[in-house]
Amino acid sequence: MELLKPELGLIIWTTIILLALIFILTKFAWKPILKGLNDREKTIAEALNTAEKTKLEMAAMKSQHEALLNEARQERSLILKEAKDMKDAIIGEARDKAKSEGAKMIEEAKREIDNQKMAAIIEVKNAAGNLVLEVSEKILRRELNSKDEQVKYINTLIEQSKLN
Amino acid sequence: MAHGEEEPNHSSSTQNHEPEKEDGKFNAKKVILEHISDSHEWHFFSYPSEGGYKDVALPLPCILYNDVNGFSFFLFNKLHHGSVDGYSLNAEHHIGRSDGEGFYDLSITKNVLAMMISSILLILLFRTAAKGYTARPNQAPTGIQNLMEVLVSFVRDEAAKPFLGNKTDKYLPYLLTVFFFIWINNMLGLLPGGANVTGNIAVTTTLAIFTFILIITGSRKHYWMHILNPPGIPFGVKIILVPVEILGILTKPFALLIRLFANMTAGHLIVLSFLSMIFIFAQMSPIAGGGISLFSVAFSTFIYLLEMLVCALQAYIFTMLSSVFISEAIVEHSHSEEHH
Repeated sequence: MELLKPELGLIIWTTIILLALIFILTKFAWKPILKGLNDREKTIAEALNTAEKTKLEMAAMKSQHEALLNEARQERSLILKEAKDMKDAIIGEARDKAKSEGAKMIEEAKREIDNQKMAAIIEVKNAAGNLVLEVSEKILRRELNSKDEQVKYINTLIEQSKLN
Repeated sequence: MAHGEEEPNHSSSTQNHEPEKEDGKFNAKKVILEHISDSHEWHFFSYPSEGGYKDVALPLPCILYNDVNGFSFFLFNKLHHGSVDGYSLNAEHHIGRSDGEGFYDLSITKNVLAMMISSILLILLFRTAAKGYTARPNQAPTGIQNLMEVLVSFVRDEAAKPFLGNKTDKYLPYLLTVFFFIWINNMLGLLPGGANVTGNIAVTTTLAIFTFILIITGSRKHYWMHILNPPGIPFGVKIILVPVEILGILTKPFALLIRLFANMTAGHLIVLSFLSMIFIFAQMSPIAGGGISLFSVAFSTFIYLLEMLVCALQAYIFTMLSSVFISEAIVEHSHSEEHH
């Protein structure tokens, strides 16, 4: 059969055309196309990786953010608590101080009162002494006039003092 | 084929131009063989003229070599008017020598011209597609680049990478070229008046030889050891197996060339046979011819659509099997021996 007989001329031409086609297409088509495909695949893979990384980073940042918020919240309550404690302490201290101050003042007042009292007593005593002296003087001055009466008077005094 | 479906009468004049001159009978075998064979002219159609038919055909350049005349260059239509440099047309309308000497026919035949046209088409298509990558690097593909990219990555990911692995880059340009060369020639061969390039055994032989050369040049020691001394096989079996394996070196590319040739030729044969039935029946009676034409056109349309699938399929199979055969030969280390 003629169909099954390969013709040499056609084989030669096919070889030439195929070689030329392989050479031209490799140089002008396959290389740029395959390189473009590879590059784009790489770019896409990189973009996807970056997106994934960014997502993770975002999640990390969010949790970090939340942790910060929590911390801030804790700190705030801590500060509030501290302030309250401090307030309580100050108030307590002030109260204590006021109390002790008051006590001190009362004490002082008491002491002053005592002092004043003592001074008054002493004054009264002095006055009484002076009065006694004056009276005694007067009496003495009068008694010198009559001896008998003086003796009599002294005797009454002695008697009185003996009674004491 | 389209003109055959739409204008049966006109087509019949085109196809059985020669046989009608001889005996007035429609010769289906001759018509079909002429359609699927290579030719020195590109025949488009014939039209009735006074006393016969006139051909509308593009004469192609003949390049012939003979020890007596050396190289001869002339257009084929010169032979219609007589012999040139001792070459003349024989009874089968083929080039022969009147002195009976042998000669080499290196003519630009219909198939050669068709291959040149399809190659130029391929270069233009892929050049345009490739420009997209340099013009818009790392951007989404557009237009023709988009279409070609799907096909290129299909060949890379389905026909090459699974078998060749990290050697893919080395063989990919060949595999891509072969895939698109076969596909475009298959498709152009389906066009009415198109050349049956991939259904020509010389073309498929050349393609198979290319793959064979790649298998042999890429082969490693492991490949030859498996053929000449299959491990883990008893000696008695080896006596039978080794010759079979040695034959296998050749049968693999041979299967490639026969498969492509047979598939494409068969497709053309079926379509042409269905259409020829119209004219065979029309010679019996015009009514029978008209009736059978409905059936013929329906079936040939169906086969035509099937052939479009076969075009892509055969291109894929040839490419895929080429990469399988190459991958078998280039295996470096003998991991398969562990299984024996």
